[in-house]
Amino acid sequence: MKLLYFAWLRQKIGKAEETLEPPREVATVAALIDWLKTRGPGYVEALKNPKLVRVAVNREYVAADHRLTPSDEVALFPPVTGG
Amino acid sequence: MIRVQREDFDVGKELAALTRGKPSIGGITSFVGLVRDMAGGEKISGMTLEHYPGMTEKQLAEIEAEAHRRWQLDAVLIIHRHGPLKPGDRIVLVATASAHRDAAFDACRFLIDWLKTKAPFWKLEETDAGARWVDAKESDDDAARRWTED
Repeated sequence: MKLLYFAWLRQKIGKAEETLEPPREVATVAALIDWLKTRGPGYVEALKNPKLVRVAVNREYVAADHRLTPSDEVALFPPVTGG
Repeated sequence: MIRVQREDFDVGKELAALTRGKPSIGGITSFVGLVRDMAGGEKISGMTLEHYPGMTEKQLAEIEAEAHRRWQLDAVLIIHRHGPLKPGDRIVLVATASAHRDAAFDACRFLIDWLKTKAPFWKLEETDAGARWVDAKESDDDAARRWTED
C-alpha cells in the first residue's frame, strides 16, 4: 500500500511517502490510522486529532469506514487551504 | 479546462482565448485570487503552495463537471498555481462564460467556493516569526455548503 503525506502531516511524520504492508486486520481507513500511530511519535503527533486529518484513497475523499485494499494509494493530509 | 502550474498567467490573454470562436457567449465572470501581504495581523513576506499532483487535477475536473451540470455554460477555465509566491502574486483564476450573466456569476462563485474546500492545496505562509501552515476557515466550509442546501 502506498501512503502519501502532505503539509504539516508530512512534516510531523518526516516523509512525503512510503510503501507499507499493514497487517491483514487493518481493513479500514480508521484502522489504518490507528495502526500508523503505533509506528512512532511523529505519526502520533500528526494523527492525534482526527478532525484535522482528511483521507483520500486513489485520489478520492473517503470516510473513516472506507475499506482498503493492498493496491490502494492512500493520502493523509490536513484540511485544504487553496484558492 | 483545468490547469495546475507553477507559472504566472495573463488574465486578459486567458479570457480572450476562452471565448475565441464562440460567438454564443454573452458574458464572462472571472475571479482572480491574490497573495495578501497580511494575515491575522501579521506581515506575510511570501507563501508556498503545496498540492497533491494527480488528485488536484481530478478534483478540479469533477468540480468543473458539476458546474456544467448545474448551469448552462459555454466555457469554464480554472488555473491554480503552486510553488513559491509573493504578496500581490496571482494564485488562482476561475472564469465562466455563458450566454447570460446569471449562469456565469453563479457558476464562478460556486467554483471558487467548492475549490477552496475540495482541491488539495495547502498554504505555508512566511512571517517574521517563521513559517506557518494556514488553517482552514470554517467560513469557507459555510460558503461551500450554501451550494448543497436548497
